[in-house]
Amino acid sequence: MNPRRKKRLIMTSSILVGAAFATGLVLYALSQNIDLFYTPTEIVQGKGSEAVKPEVGQRLRVGGLVVPGSVRREGSGLTVAFNLIDVGPAEITVEYEGILPDLFREGQGIVAQGILVAPNRLQASEVLARHDEEYMPPGLAEALKGIEHVPPSQQNYNQNYNNEEAAEKGSGGGYDR
Amino acid sequence: MWRWLHPYAKPEATFALNQKLIPWFAIPGLVLVIVSFVWGLAFAPPDYQQGESYRIIFVHVPSAMWAMGFYVGMAIAGVIALVWQIRTAELAILAIAPVGAVLTFISLFTGAIWGQPMWGTWWVWDARLTAQLILLFLYLGVMALYVAFEDERAGAKAASILAIVGVINIPIIHYSVYWWNTLHQKSTVTRAITRLEAPSIAPEMLWPLLVSILAMLLVCAALVLMRLNNEILRREIHRPWALQHLGISFATTDGEQSGKQENKKDQKGGADAV
Repeated sequence: MNPRRKKRLIMTSSILVGAAFATGLVLYALSQNIDLFYTPTEIVQGKGSEAVKPEVGQRLRVGGLVVPGSVRREGSGLTVAFNLIDVGPAEITVEYEGILPDLFREGQGIVAQGILVAPNRLQASEVLARHDEEYMPPGLAEALKGIEHVPPSQQNYNQNYNNEEAAEKGSGGGYDR
Repeated sequence: MWRWLHPYAKPEATFALNQKLIPWFAIPGLVLVIVSFVWGLAFAPPDYQQGESYRIIFVHVPSAMWAMGFYVGMAIAGVIALVWQIRTAELAILAIAPVGAVLTFISLFTGAIWGQPMWGTWWVWDARLTAQLILLFLYLGVMALYVAFEDERAGAKAASILAIVGVINIPIIHYSVYWWNTLHQKSTVTRAITRLEAPSIAPEMLWPLLVSILAMLLVCAALVLMRLNNEILRREIHRPWALQHLGISFATTDGEQSGKQENKKDQKGGADAV
């Protein structure tokens, strides 16, 4: 390679390495703030090496799995409360009034946005459903995970989840995240 | 390898090669697009969680994947353009950028209409979605920078630098779902390459997905080659080989045909004054 090209190659690669290094430092500095949500454990025990706990009254998102049997409906049926858990034992209670996404079910991953009204209670203004990176036909899911497929149009949370006995029999019993 | 590659620094050699390659990409590409869509949309089984809605995966995943793939290709062309200063590589950046931008847009758009029924929202500012949006801005930036200079080759140089620097975003897009917690789920297919884990999708869904990924690559590669040939032809229009290709001979450069030729020259705004 002739010297001029070599010089240009070195210049180009050093620009790339420099920019990558700078981006890496920025992302490292921001790493805790890039997370979309707190996990229940992070809210109860604190986040990061300094164990910073969010304050009551803070607006935040919490993400975790809906604890089976914890979904409670009140009044008209639009008001709902459920517990979220990640690795345990910390649980966060989420209260929400509104229409839940189709994928909402017990054991499902959920991200709720709202205001922390008590150290482990969130008054949510928005509830989003997460789904995992696994795709499979309903028959296979039933064989592998024991999850019966219920089309979203046929799900009725009032019947299924109003009391715990029904919830245990209900679909999606396991943690299927 | 260099001896084999060197002839293609000449635009007309690349042009001739592309002309030969285009049908080999375009025809299988179009056939596979139809095959993968019919297979994926009509014959693949529904998903246990998402029912029929997951079928948008057969557009979303290929477009997102090749939005990133073509960006890497564009950055490689940028390195070649900067270091070896080969004109065809500069034109390749110009050829790839709009195709990649459209792919990125398709991935964002299909992601939004997938997110609304499944997650409950069109858009969320999580790391994956934001990084993909930045990819769209990078593509648009490369396109804008390319034409922002009076001297086209200065513009090509600036666009190359942006294309190269922007390649940092590619691993960020891929690993965002592993480094941070996001609403977007983790990777299903590419993890076979980047994490050596088996794809977490049932085989009867995986196969149409792989076919749709291949189809998207072939169709977009054909589009890039066609764009590249257009750009080469536009800049080489005054050369004998180009005139010959267009069926214009010097003997008949009177009347209509020379008029056409002048029109084309006007469009490129004097940038061809080599």
